[in-house]
Order: sequence, then structure tokens, then C-alpha cells
Amino acid sequence: MKLITVAGPPSSGKTSVVLKLIECMNMPEGSIGVVKFDCLTSFDNISYEAAGVPVQMGFSGKICPDHYFVSNVEDAVQWGMRSGFEMLITESAGLCNRCSPYIKGILSICVIDNLSGVNTPRKIGPMLKYADIVVVTKGDIVSQAEREVFAFNIKQVNTAAKILFVNGITGQGTFMLAKYLQQALEVRTLRDMKLRFTTPSSVCSYCTGETTIGEAYQMGMMKKMEFKEI
Amino acid sequence: MTTPDFMKTINSQTMAAVIQQYPIAMDFLANYRLNDILKDRPLPKALDQVEDEILEEFGLERDDIVQNFCMFLETFSQTETSLDSVWSITINGGVNKLKEPENISLTISAGEIISIVGPTGSGKSRLLNDIECLAQGDTPTQRQIMVNGAEIDDLQRFEMDGKLVAQLSQNMNFVMDLTAREFLEMHAKSRLTANVDEVVEKCFQCANELAGEKFSEDTKVTQLSGGQSRALMIADTAYMSESPIVLIDEIENAGIDRRQAVLLLAKKEKIILVSTHDPLLALSADKRIVIKNGGIYKIIVTSEAEKRNLAAIEKFDSTLLMLRNSLRTGELITEELLEL
Repeated sequence: MKLITVAGPPSSGKTSVVLKLIECMNMPEGSIGVVKFDCLTSFDNISYEAAGVPVQMGFSGKICPDHYFVSNVEDAVQWGMRSGFEMLITESAGLCNRCSPYIKGILSICVIDNLSGVNTPRKIGPMLKYADIVVVTKGDIVSQAEREVFAFNIKQVNTAAKILFVNGITGQGTFMLAKYLQQALEVRTLRDMKLRFTTPSSVCSYCTGETTIGEAYQMGMMKKMEFKEI
Repeated sequence: MTTPDFMKTINSQTMAAVIQQYPIAMDFLANYRLNDILKDRPLPKALDQVEDEILEEFGLERDDIVQNFCMFLETFSQTETSLDSVWSITINGGVNKLKEPENISLTISAGEIISIVGPTGSGKSRLLNDIECLAQGDTPTQRQIMVNGAEIDDLQRFEMDGKLVAQLSQNMNFVMDLTAREFLEMHAKSRLTANVDEVVEKCFQCANELAGEKFSEDTKVTQLSGGQSRALMIADTAYMSESPIVLIDEIENAGIDRRQAVLLLAKKEKIILVSTHDPLLALSADKRIVIKNGGIYKIIVTSEAEKRNLAAIEKFDSTLLMLRNSLRTGELITEELLEL
């Protein structure tokens, strides 16, 4: 089974891109499955089900989405194997720019949209830096100049990435993306494979339910800001 | 220069010297929050002063930073790309929606303007998609797009990085809050243009020539009128875009000399495809592709007779323009005006 991991900020167009991609690949219905990792709730299962794509949802809730991803992704692969998929696509919404749900050797796609501002690629970090392919959406509504500057800023952060412009509504651009996917690795399990980058870490009182503000309540791993006196 | 050459430079020269030669190096430092490192020494030495914590957050060791910096400089010092040498594309026909063969082969050279006409939903965007992905008989239309008369392999298709085709359409907007000058400067910088001021100046002047209403370089791009925006986008594409092919999806009539706009792009040796149902634009093209049932139905070469009709069409067009201006200035639309 081929495995592909897709990540991107909320509302960047991941689901639209994946749906158009599946449509473009022209494979028998039910041979591509999707696992959607989200935070609190999601309505994307409706879109997938409407398209006849088997989908499994997972909500990280109060857990860091990346930690949630890494502790469930092997189960996702086993679900895919049991279901007899030829391809499994995991889709995760990165919440902090520090997210990077990618695995070494597994084709990874980052989806970002042109409307997020030209400097955004330089702020996203590992989610963009460690992707093999960067898919840029919503390019049809910004100027050519902004598209080019956006692509330039992506190159700054990830010099090796392939950049593809995809229109999530018309599907323009998905054809080339589908071609890339043919290179995806076949896997039976992810056991002993490694993440491309460490997950965001913190074990502090607030992780375990503390809500009160004040030094007396802050325990564990903390990072304090430095404020310069004016 | 390749990565090992850059490695030598970085190890021997101070950061200040490297930045002077490659101003974009400052961007690299900013991306890793390293703007304030000491620049009076080479990067590896300067990194010794940086706290481990900052590097850890980016998941990098000191050696990785140096290595990444080399790759960064290599990426952004390549001035020649495979795109510079695209002087023609050839569309080899495939099949239409009824699986009937198109039986055509059309070569379009740099500086040529081709219009694409056909009812909505007839398959115009499919043709544009085929060109964008350099179809090799592997898309639903089975068309093949050749570059400079040669077939293209998958590796070359991937190498294009979305840069083969520049697009201009009615739906496009500026989303940045910058003045026209700042906007052009930003684009010029991303192209690593050497003479930024000169290019920006030319581009700005040209945009003003195309726009019906003039604007100043201190105008925010988000405050430009529809026509002014289009004019700026076209001038910018002509002078600064690296893409050899320009796809234009209908330019609105108001406030821009659209025929001049298309001719400007042609003068800049672009391959131009205009999807339109505007007679003025369609007849300005050298040839027009007629799309029907998802396929290329025929190709019409704009004849001398048709070109002569352009003058009459331009007259209609300027009458409309004049009426619009009269409306704007509060005049009455009289019969005399119409007969002008």
C-alpha cells in the first residue's frame, strides 16, 4: 500500500486538493482511503463520504496534534492494510507552525494557500521545510506577482521542494501531483521508521489541566519570554 | 558556483562580505532568527556565539546551518534556468469528448498571440491545463505539448516548478497592503534583479500607459481600480515574470487598453494565449483556436480582411469608452454623442 502524508494550516485546502487528486487518479472506488487527523471537530468526512472515499476521523482534543499523529499513524496504516487499500492518504491540520507530521521515506505534501500572505512560507517552519512537495492553493485569485514571490519564499525555506500550484475547485494542477504520487513508497508497517523532525514538546502543569495564571502554578518545562526595559 | 565553492567562501569570508555580495543572505538569517549574529567573522565562527536553544528549535546543528546556507546561496544565485530557452510550443492534437481525433498540429512561437474561442464549458480550460502540465498524451484529451519542437520527459515536467505559465484573469486581486512601488520592488527582489530601480520605473510607466486613469507609485495596490490593477499586473508580467508562456483569461473592457496590453507581452517575447469572446482581442491575435465538444475544432488564421475590420471594432470600442467617461463626468448621453 502506498502511503502519503498531507499536512497544512487549517482551511488551506487540504481536503479539496486530496479529493481532486483522488478523482484525477482514476483508481477503482474504495482503493484509496483517507485518515483525517483533526483537533476538535471536522466536517470533511461528509465531503469524503460523498465522493465514495473510505475515511476514518481522529480528533486530538487536548493532546498536541503531532503527538497524536505519531501515536496513531501505525494503527492507521494497519487499518489501511486490513481494508485492502492500494493507497492511504493521511491528512493533518497543523495548528502551530511547529507541526511536522512527516516520516522519513514517506512522501510528504504540505498544502498552503496564497491568501495567507507572501511572508507566511518563511514563518511556517518544519511543516514546510521537511515536505517533499509543496502544493499552493488559491493561486487563481491573487496576482501573478504575488504567486511568484510566494514561490520564492517557499524556496527560501525548502530549497529542495517541488512546488505545484493546484486549484482545489477546478482541479487544475492535480494531474502533475498525481504523477508525483506514483513515486510514493509501498509500506506494510511503519514500525521502526522515524519522524523527519521532533514533535513540539512540553510537559508542564498546563498540559495536565492547570488553568490558573501565576508563577506559583507554573511547573515543569517552561519557556519564558525576555522583556527589554524601555 | 556549486555547494563546495560556496562552502569555501563561507568558511573564509566574513558574513559582512558574503552579505555584500549576496544581499539575499540576510533573508536566510532572518528565516532562522539569526539576524543579529556577529558579521565581522565567517558564519561558522559567528554561530559559536549563538545559543543552542535557538538552533534546537529549528532542529539544526551548527553544521546543518552552514550546509543549508550553501544550498540556499546556490539556489538563489542561479540566474539561468531552463525556462529562458523556451522559444516555441507545439500542440499536437488528441481527441475531443466524442473521441474524435483533432488532427491538428500547431506551433506557437515567442512573440505570437493566439486566441482561444468557444462557448463556456466547451473545453478551453482543458487546453490551458494541457499546456500548463505539458501533457504528453497522458491527459484525458491525449494531447501532446512539445517544447522547442521536442518531447518532454517527466523529469523535465517536474523541473518546471509551476513556473512555465504565468496567468492573468479577471478574478485576480492584489492581497498585499503595499504601494505600487513597494509591490514592484518586492517582485523584483524575488527575481534577484540587479537594477531594481530601473526595472520598477519602466514597469510603473508602462502600467500607467495601459491604464485609462493614471495612478501614482505611492497608491496602495489594493486601492487601484479594476483597470489600473489589470494594467499593473500586465506590466509586471511583461517586465518581471520569468514564465515564457502567458495565459490570459478575459481582460475586462473598462479602464485598460487591452489590445496594447497584449501587444506589450508579445513584444517581450512571450508565448501568449488569450481565452476570450471579445472581438477586439480575438482579432488582435495571429490565429484563433476554436473549441467545440472539448476539442480543437479548427484553427483560423486572422486574415487581412478581418484585420481591416479591427479599425471599425476599435471605433465601437472608443465610442463606448467615451460614453463611459461622459457618464462619469455627469453629462447627458445624447444622440450627437452616439454619432461621433
